[in-house]
Amino acid sequence: MSAAAAAPPLGARMAGEARVVAALGRRSVRQAFRRPQFLAPIIVFPTLFLAVNTGGAGRAVDLPQFPPVHGFLDFQLAGAMLQSTMLAGVSAAISLALDIQIGFVDRLVAAPIARASFVLGRLVATGVLGLISVLWFLTIGLIFGAHIAAGVAGFVVVLVLVTLNAIAWGTIGAALALNTGSPSVAQGVFPIVFVILFLSSAFFPEGLLLEPAKTIANWNPMSLIADGLRDPIISDLSLDKTLEGLAGIAIVASIGAILCARGVNKKLRSA
Amino acid sequence: MTPRTWAAARDRLAFPLVAAIEVRGLERRYSDEVLAVAGIDLEVSEGEIYAFLGPNGAGKTTTVRMLVTLLQPTGGTARVAGFDVVREAPSVRRSIGVALQEAALDPLMTGRELMRLQGTLHGLPSDEGRRRGDALLERVGLSLAADRRVGTYSGGMRRRLDLATALVHDPTVLFLDEPTTGLDPVSRIAIWDEVRRLNDDGTTVFLTTQYLEEADHLADRVGIIDNGKMAAEGTPGELKSQVGIAHLEVVIAAGESAKAGEILERFGVPMPARDGRLMVGLPRGAADVAPIVRALDEAGCAVEALELVQPTLDDVFVEKTGRHLEGAADQQHPEQQPAVEEPVSG
Repeated sequence: MSAAAAAPPLGARMAGEARVVAALGRRSVRQAFRRPQFLAPIIVFPTLFLAVNTGGAGRAVDLPQFPPVHGFLDFQLAGAMLQSTMLAGVSAAISLALDIQIGFVDRLVAAPIARASFVLGRLVATGVLGLISVLWFLTIGLIFGAHIAAGVAGFVVVLVLVTLNAIAWGTIGAALALNTGSPSVAQGVFPIVFVILFLSSAFFPEGLLLEPAKTIANWNPMSLIADGLRDPIISDLSLDKTLEGLAGIAIVASIGAILCARGVNKKLRSA
Repeated sequence: MTPRTWAAARDRLAFPLVAAIEVRGLERRYSDEVLAVAGIDLEVSEGEIYAFLGPNGAGKTTTVRMLVTLLQPTGGTARVAGFDVVREAPSVRRSIGVALQEAALDPLMTGRELMRLQGTLHGLPSDEGRRRGDALLERVGLSLAADRRVGTYSGGMRRRLDLATALVHDPTVLFLDEPTTGLDPVSRIAIWDEVRRLNDDGTTVFLTTQYLEEADHLADRVGIIDNGKMAAEGTPGELKSQVGIAHLEVVIAAGESAKAGEILERFGVPMPARDGRLMVGLPRGAADVAPIVRALDEAGCAVEALELVQPTLDDVFVEKTGRHLEGAADQQHPEQQPAVEEPVSG
């Protein structure tokens, strides 16, 4: 074995992989800012949707069984942030599929890095975009009169849940890209995000949905995440709801991680 | 790695390193019907430039992808820099530089950003990555464009950047997959010069090409692949000598052909005339041209045109495969050829 090819010790290898993940994460965030069409679905669309929903359906809070909230905007913020992070996952899928298409992923696979690192780099970037998203929506929410009932602790919980949700959806996006390798297919998933969200409690309380949407929403992990995310905004912090939110995120992330692993193996077998 | 550091690394080995690349019965099957690489053998010595020549779909890119660990072989073995490409893939990746056919560069990154990222991928500390990145950008003439996005680069600039990224960790073996396909003549020559400089520094170079001229000019040895099988292998000179000797084509003024034919016979092996040209095979090649011209002149034969024709690698290709290498007729104007991508199954 030549000196150049000798494997570094485990500690150095771990540190090296962390540097690689950080560098690839930086590249992906930079890519999002340099390609506005990737940023628009994360910030612009959900903001417009939030404005239209809040302005047009604000009296929904008067419906019987509607949970007690300070205002409809407080209720809708969770949906907007979920929409934003799910679309961040779709954008990540498109970016990764483009990387596969132009051969950039081959550059990464031919480098002496762990196979997982290029996916982790993408997930870090999706997490950063999720963080930007939550800061944006909480800021405009507060400016336009929303309250965070659970205060600073609630703010932190929302921050963490949204960031983790972005990463979870990043795994779904990465899996989609790795298994299809097609930016068009990744882009085609865009409308499905809305279907998944509308069939959950993201935009409307589960109790007010009609069948079969109500049953589907009951089984939809996005309802768990939406309720966990909404809880600190509209009421005092509840550990149960936060754990429910984390459980929903874990379900999404697990599905994504399994499909990702399958996609990476597929890519390496048949590249 | 310079020859000195290579030698130092080799001295530390418990076993002798016999070849930079050693391939035995390498095979890649995509399905029952598609056998892209059909059990090839080849060996590349350290410090050598080896050109893998073949038409589109011959199996060049598939072979390279297996050698650089991007694709698992379905049969046979391959060792690169002394490491097995399947069982010791990470060590192979640490030893090689790769510039693939598509110049896989992110158009949204700048040249400098890409060099730094490549340094990080190969575990270089930040300072060293920055220093080596800047030095390589300078070396390939991209310093002034280093902070421009790659999307604004010309084809030649992209290829040079791709080459620079492949060198950032000072690889022992460099793989170049069709490095000049689609480039203009100036860019091609710039790439050739850089490949020669790298080889002078001790880097083993394995390049695939569909350009005869490129293989002839650059390579110490050439492997010809067709339909996934090795059709021939050797130095360009060896290969060409296998298909015959140089021949002289002479156009003589009307009425003097018979006399000129007799003179030509004295110098070599007569060949059938073609299109009014007398032809003679010359075992001594160019050394016989001046005496022939003198003899014709002394005999009063007016020479209207004269051309010494050397065997080409295309002649070798025809000899070994029964057909011309695709695009061989365009070798003088490769810049006019469209960029060609070999299908994955190739």
